[in-house]
Amino acid sequence: MQTTLTVNGHTRSVDHDPRTTLLDALRDSLRLTGTKKGCDHGQCGACTVLVNGRRINACLTLAAMHDGDEITTIEGLGEPGALSPLQQAFVSCDGYQCGFCTSGQIMSATGMLEELARGDPSHASPDLAQVSADDAEIAERMSGNLCRCAAYPFIREAISLGAKGERS
Amino acid sequence: MRAFDYTRAESLDQAAAALDPAASVIAGGTNLLDLMKLQVMTPERVVDITRLPGLDAIEPEGEGLRLGALVRNSDLAADPRIRARYPLLSRALLSGASGQIRNKATTGGNLLQRTRCPYFYDPAMACSKREPGAGCAAQGGVGRMLAIFGTSDACLAAHPSDMAVALRALDAEVEVRSRDGGLRRLALDELYRLPGDRPDLETTLAADDLITAVILPAPVAGSVQAYRKLRDRASYAFALVSVAAVIRMDQGRIGQAALAFGGVAPRPWRDAGLEAMLHGKTPDEALFREVAQRLTADPAPNPDTEFKRPLLRRTLVAVLREATGLAQPSIGTDATKDAA
Repeated sequence: MQTTLTVNGHTRSVDHDPRTTLLDALRDSLRLTGTKKGCDHGQCGACTVLVNGRRINACLTLAAMHDGDEITTIEGLGEPGALSPLQQAFVSCDGYQCGFCTSGQIMSATGMLEELARGDPSHASPDLAQVSADDAEIAERMSGNLCRCAAYPFIREAISLGAKGERS
Repeated sequence: MRAFDYTRAESLDQAAAALDPAASVIAGGTNLLDLMKLQVMTPERVVDITRLPGLDAIEPEGEGLRLGALVRNSDLAADPRIRARYPLLSRALLSGASGQIRNKATTGGNLLQRTRCPYFYDPAMACSKREPGAGCAAQGGVGRMLAIFGTSDACLAAHPSDMAVALRALDAEVEVRSRDGGLRRLALDELYRLPGDRPDLETTLAADDLITAVILPAPVAGSVQAYRKLRDRASYAFALVSVAAVIRMDQGRIGQAALAFGGVAPRPWRDAGLEAMLHGKTPDEALFREVAQRLTADPAPNPDTEFKRPLLRRTLVAVLREATGLAQPSIGTDATKDAA
């Protein structure tokens, strides 16, 4: 079957089996391998991309369901010499060890900061009507992204730094 | 994943016509695709309802709200009307899954998600939910996630939803559309079956029924609402036990109380007898312990889940203390406010 996606601003047509996940379409058909396949079951977050601006697990959705949707992958966020504030913050804070989870971490944090900016509450919000970007909030909101190297302290630092950059 | 035919429904009629026992509806897909990859579910046809119009809105319905079946869990939790008037529902949703999953998972799909019983998830294990009559490997097996109430010899699986536990305490109803276009409303206890000897039949829905909305009645005015969830890690884990409470105080006494429990039964668990014990009483530690004792009077069906009885007792007592004003509220206990 045929599905048309807008990936990082470019219209791309993919010919695929109905079983193809969005993740496999991005990696295998479009050769955008910055999006990683970790667990392939939505538990690790390595495959996180933005669909119409919202972060989701690309492994838990069918490519066929996204005809006409706008997809942003790590390749669309920035590039060497023109990194996004969060990408730059991960470099500055050394927010990784092996790096396998990093693109998912950055894509998830990019979506998460939008949710914070909208004032969406989280499980860690003392008041549902008012949210802040403290460490407890960031940790809770990023719990869908695992780092097997456990670089969490620097990841959290990078996201705090990136949050300031995204706002400025 | 086994091969299947994919259909995108353009109308409710078309969706219903495409549904039979060999077909599955897909909306968020976060649970279905997981199960299809493991070949726990092997539908021959997958019917995508995500492009159906009119199912993704939250609208006033009388004094309450109508939640469209396709409203995303994250949008529902963040809606200002839900945060102000039904904070329990926001809290329950936000305690479940991850940010990415909540952005995809829908109201209808959350209700119909399958158990996370490890024996259901492993096709090599005997499971009467997967294969009627096959037996239940969880009997005598290991598992901290199994149910302690409402189980049968054929099934020990617990319902995994947090949202549904909040909806049970809020007296929500589920709007169901049958193939002929007729609408009916079901309380959650009318939607979910207990396993008995047919744990594969989880709901009273026909194969071509579609959940179109959840109806929230007006919230209890001036109530305190709470959702407390205990789990093996601080985030992104299913409940070992959870307690949902709606309490209205009336001149120092408990005027109204609704309690629902998660992680402990095949459906959100509610026991009107407990609530009756609280009505009209002055909040009191001994009374709360008595109520909790009654809830957990029977031994757990599997020794691995015996720990859930004292855990549930302590959690219920802690929630009641905060919701009745005996203790300061912690995160998860909120006073209702007028509509934002």
